[in-house]
Amino acid sequence: MSDTSDDQGIPAPEGSADIIETDYVIGQDNIEKQIGPFGLDIHNPVFAISGLAVIVFVFYTLALPEQAGSVFSWLFDSVTKGFDWFFLGAANIFVIFCLLLIVTPVGSVRLGGADATPDYTYAGWFAMLFAAGMGIGLMFYGVSEPMSHFSSSIGGVAMGENGVRTDWAPLGGAEGNEEAATRLAFAATIFHWGLHPWAIYAVVALALALFSYNKGLPLTIRSAFYPILGERVWGWPGHIIDVLAVFATLFGLATSLGFGATQANAGLNELFGIPVSSTTEVILISAITAVALVSVLRGLDGGVKVLSEINMGLAFLLLVFVLLTGHTIALLTGFVDYLGAYLQYLPALSNPVGREDVNFMQGWTSFYWAWWISWSPFVGMFIARVSRGRTVREFIVCVLLIPSLVCVLWMSVFGGNAIQQVLNDGYTAAQDADLPVKLFKMLDVMPLASITSLIGIVLVIVFFVTSSDSGSLVIDTITAGGKVDAPVPQRVFWCVFEGAVAIVLLLSAGGLSSLQSMVISTGLPFTIVLLIMCWAIWRGLTAERRNT
Amino acid sequence: MFERIMVPVDLTHAERLEKALLCAADLAAHYGATVIYVGVTTEQPSAIAHTPKEYAEKLSAFAADQAALRGISTEAKAYASHDPSIDLDPTLLKAVGEVNADLVVMASHIPNIADHWWPANGGSIATEAKISVMLVR
Repeated sequence: MSDTSDDQGIPAPEGSADIIETDYVIGQDNIEKQIGPFGLDIHNPVFAISGLAVIVFVFYTLALPEQAGSVFSWLFDSVTKGFDWFFLGAANIFVIFCLLLIVTPVGSVRLGGADATPDYTYAGWFAMLFAAGMGIGLMFYGVSEPMSHFSSSIGGVAMGENGVRTDWAPLGGAEGNEEAATRLAFAATIFHWGLHPWAIYAVVALALALFSYNKGLPLTIRSAFYPILGERVWGWPGHIIDVLAVFATLFGLATSLGFGATQANAGLNELFGIPVSSTTEVILISAITAVALVSVLRGLDGGVKVLSEINMGLAFLLLVFVLLTGHTIALLTGFVDYLGAYLQYLPALSNPVGREDVNFMQGWTSFYWAWWISWSPFVGMFIARVSRGRTVREFIVCVLLIPSLVCVLWMSVFGGNAIQQVLNDGYTAAQDADLPVKLFKMLDVMPLASITSLIGIVLVIVFFVTSSDSGSLVIDTITAGGKVDAPVPQRVFWCVFEGAVAIVLLLSAGGLSSLQSMVISTGLPFTIVLLIMCWAIWRGLTAERRNT
Repeated sequence: MFERIMVPVDLTHAERLEKALLCAADLAAHYGATVIYVGVTTEQPSAIAHTPKEYAEKLSAFAADQAALRGISTEAKAYASHDPSIDLDPTLLKAVGEVNADLVVMASHIPNIADHWWPANGGSIATEAKISVMLVR
């Protein structure tokens, strides 16, 4: 049994008993080759299958755009509408599971073992998990989402002929009542960016960290399935899980890269009058990929970490700026008020069955849950990579509670200020603008608008660089069978490949949106994967306790 | 002339290091120096070890084997790195100072290891280290 080296009786990390005994050697299925000056160390067959599958799907959407479009939108509709109850129910389970881990004794198990010391400081760790997790979404939806819910709530309920609601208001709406509509809008927004998404990430990250750092299995998605599949996890069932994860990560990144280029282009147009065109967007994607390459070559500490910290600093400055020069008092009281509204409406918003606000539930909530879940292999794996040395309790608090609070703050300030502009100043440009431009319209009537808008664009771009970089890192690790020290040219390959896929899809009509539907559809099988992970985590953690 | 000879080793491919190991051992015997084997591992499980601690134990065992085999005095020093593909050079340079070495003997151009040291790892150590570096090919 393992040596117990602290008062809590948590097994020592490096003790032999908590390591899962398997004959599998990391890298045993890998192909190591020297091609010209470049070395290669890739998993057979995960690398080849993922690469080829991506190429096949890209060609399919290019060759038959209409057919692909209708297939994917059918898939998207059936997933988000037919399984809305499943997504909502599962997400609730993840939140409850994570909260339970905080209060139960297994919370004191340390990732990497009792003697492990954290690899990163709180600041660096937090910056990285935030930048990978949702930095870009906060830029995109910070103003636009609260604004959308506000508009639909104040419009009230509208019934269609067949007795199904046609409005998009959350719950019962708040017809004509500005104060109630604002509270409901923020409750709904915080619901989508608070505990639930971070619980989804936390489950994946914790499963990977636990089975890698404490059980000694390779850092790839399949390892979390060892308790269920046993040795078979190294064969085809495992290959399929890993390929799916690569697939979701690569397409998730490529589509986001495309949409991010759209927002950056809209911002540049607003600020400098640079035309909105696919040429500009292709240049933007190429530039983002080039910067990401530099970051890839500088490694985890010199690249992603530094960029994440710079970005968190910039984002914080922008937040403070909007807070101080905007409707300060209203925003400060709003933060507490909206947090209260979130808790008040949480039971109703998270209720998976018997809902009347179908448009809101399927079009917003169900869509978001599928989206977070399809991103979870990527973000979860990245979080796992940087979280060694934290206790489970510390991990959950920092991955679940603190980011949720930061999201509440961000949304209250950015969205709150835009709504205050409508209510108090009669300024409706942000309300009327297209989704990508709302942020810039809100900043437009504030002091130093050209500087803050520029910071906004820089933030969007740098968040994409960090996503592209950390995504390459994750895909490379999975396609190298869990080896984190595979040759650097492989990372470069994946980084360039992501950029290329994004450009090809951007240039084809409807390519990005059909692929986004595709990514979201992968959320369904992954929800089942995540539910199984919860069980695996529980088994893994309680085994650690018994070793005392 | 030399008292402490540092030899970077990759335990995963130890068999391919034979020439460098032999060379370092001969120099150590000649000058009565100590050989310090330095290994850099990942914090994640690797082919050679589940944890950094297990890696350090294996490296110590390797050093002890070499001492018995070659009749020289040896030490081992293991480093865990966040991102060894990129951080290998700086980690080895840090090791030069920390183990107080006055000579580095290292293998170069081994398939795959050459890629860890991308571009030309031995070369960059020789460029940046303040002490003598001998590359064995």
